[in-house]
Amino acid sequence: MEFLSYLVNGISLGSIYAIIALGYTMVYGIAKMLNFAHGDVIMVGAYIIFCAAQYWNLPPLLSLLLAMLVCTLLGITIEKLAYKPLRQATSLAVLITAIGMSYLLQNTALLIWGANPKVFPSLFDLGTISLFGGRLSVKGETLVTIAANIVIMVGLTLFTSRSRMGKAMRCVSEDRGAAELMGINVNTTISMTFAIGSALAAIAGLLLCSTYPVLQPTTGAMPGIKAFTAAVFGGIGSIPGAMLGGVLLGIIEILGKAYISTELGDAIVFAVLIIVLLVRPTGLLGKAVREKV
Amino acid sequence: MKKILALVLAACLALAVCSALAEDVTLKIAHIGPQTGGAAVYGLATYRGAKIAAEEITAADNGITIELLNEDDTHDAEKAVNAYNNVMEQGAQMIVGTATTAPCIAVGAKAFEERVFMLTPSASSTDVTADKDNVYQVCFTDPNQGSASAAVIKEKKLGTKIAVIYNNADAYSTGIYQTFVAKAAELGLEIVSTTTFTDDTTDFSVQVADAQSKGADLVFLPIYYTPASQILIAANSIGYKPLFFGVDGMDGILTLEGFDTALAEGVMLLTPFVADAKDDLTVKFVTKYKELYNEVPNQFAADGYDCVYALVEAAKLAEAKTGEPAEELCDRLIAAMQQITVAGLTGTMTWSANGEVEKIPTAMVIRDGAYVGLDN
Repeated sequence: MEFLSYLVNGISLGSIYAIIALGYTMVYGIAKMLNFAHGDVIMVGAYIIFCAAQYWNLPPLLSLLLAMLVCTLLGITIEKLAYKPLRQATSLAVLITAIGMSYLLQNTALLIWGANPKVFPSLFDLGTISLFGGRLSVKGETLVTIAANIVIMVGLTLFTSRSRMGKAMRCVSEDRGAAELMGINVNTTISMTFAIGSALAAIAGLLLCSTYPVLQPTTGAMPGIKAFTAAVFGGIGSIPGAMLGGVLLGIIEILGKAYISTELGDAIVFAVLIIVLLVRPTGLLGKAVREKV
Repeated sequence: MKKILALVLAACLALAVCSALAEDVTLKIAHIGPQTGGAAVYGLATYRGAKIAAEEITAADNGITIELLNEDDTHDAEKAVNAYNNVMEQGAQMIVGTATTAPCIAVGAKAFEERVFMLTPSASSTDVTADKDNVYQVCFTDPNQGSASAAVIKEKKLGTKIAVIYNNADAYSTGIYQTFVAKAAELGLEIVSTTTFTDDTTDFSVQVADAQSKGADLVFLPIYYTPASQILIAANSIGYKPLFFGVDGMDGILTLEGFDTALAEGVMLLTPFVADAKDDLTVKFVTKYKELYNEVPNQFAADGYDCVYALVEAAKLAEAKTGEPAEELCDRLIAAMQQITVAGLTGTMTWSANGEVEKIPTAMVIRDGAYVGLDN
């Protein structure tokens, strides 16, 4: 029973990683860049929801929509100001800019909201489901997170395979130059990708802070890194891979802490990542792309 | 024309002599602490406390003017040394800081070589003062807190099976944990579960579940209030209700925005400063702090405040002069620190030659969202 309860906690943590990893993988898959500021957009989203609910007394759904709107605008702005001018630059330059953007967001949040952590209000009380006579409890938030993950995963898969914009995204991802020649507006497509990724970040912010309710300017940083790991683990660029990677990572982390050592929890996570990448360099569900010579 | 000039000059000189006779001194004190980044809450609080004290002393018009310099070290050892170099270039005579342990060790080593006196408000590790005669502390040392906690738990029979959750990436937390374990063994307290976390941990379910499954009736939390609040939330969500016992880092949990203080009901802690205390000094300080910064001061702010008063007390005894270089002042300040007694916000303090403070920690318990003495 103890094992089951650890497993449930692992899935709960993993589904949070998964939802963040979806944003990473979406942007990487299409724009071919690692948006390290993604974790911090999540933090901004969580702060917006916190302010909307705590100070302006908006209903939860409206708070979420507001946060999604703000995050979308933020994502597009970041892309326009920081990444677009670097379209022709080396990927290393873009990577460093993304890290810089991450620090910029963290410190701006520090200026606006201060260093004191805030406890995220529980916006929706979903209660707890007790199983096996109360020996195993599953939090409502966990179920919502898993459901949200599945909906988003299916939605994104359908969007990229069926819709016109989604198809354009796949073209841009495959060959930016050729896509441009075929009349696809590459800049709009990439902006759109950032808009979707950032709107997802707002949802991830809500779910992250509903489960682990302490909010501070660095809240997004570590989950962001772990989610990035999850995306690589599952095969970066692959939407189902991000979900699988996230959930597995959460389970490994919790079980590692519970049965091996709390001190080595993170070390175990990254050791597993290294082993997986040694055996399968493209990640669990990643496709091997053969470079034409 | 020349006569007038001579007169003016003479008058100036006379004034200068007069002021020297009245022993007006301007002390240049530099505060260093993290004011941005993850540990900003500590450095901001110590700076604000120090600033209030400096303004009070200057306004009191007893011949002492304090010029308070301030630098941000972002809780980074390298930046702290740069901050130190900056304030020394500006002519700082003594240092309030640094607020956190790791930077304080780095700056302390440099200040020891250059003979600059440091009084840290809140860097509580023994490494801060070890092998350095020029670094003094206003806060308790970590060993002191760990053994005092074990003693209180034993004496008041607060728990029989103890779980400890500590931050193994943090010198403060590990320091208290180690002395707690040593003292607990000596007193015959049984520790059934020991789990750790780091600054980046978001999930505390494993640590709490471990304590619960081993049947711990008291959970000792030698950690800061932010992770402590997460642990309280995690324990509540699985319906685990042991007695939680914290140290001075737990202070601040009641002012955590959005935190359901009902969860902290019954939490015990050892702390030298309580913002709800009714003595004049505390009331005056808390009112002023709230007025200026719109929040309730924590113990770090009180430590910063006491720091400046202690330094001024020592400087008076050492007969510090305006513009006197730090290295000339250092040895006299060290001698003075061991003689003074300062009744501050965090208790009545005296210092031993190794730089550690002596004051009495008080055990408090949270009842109805406020701290009350354990003995009341």
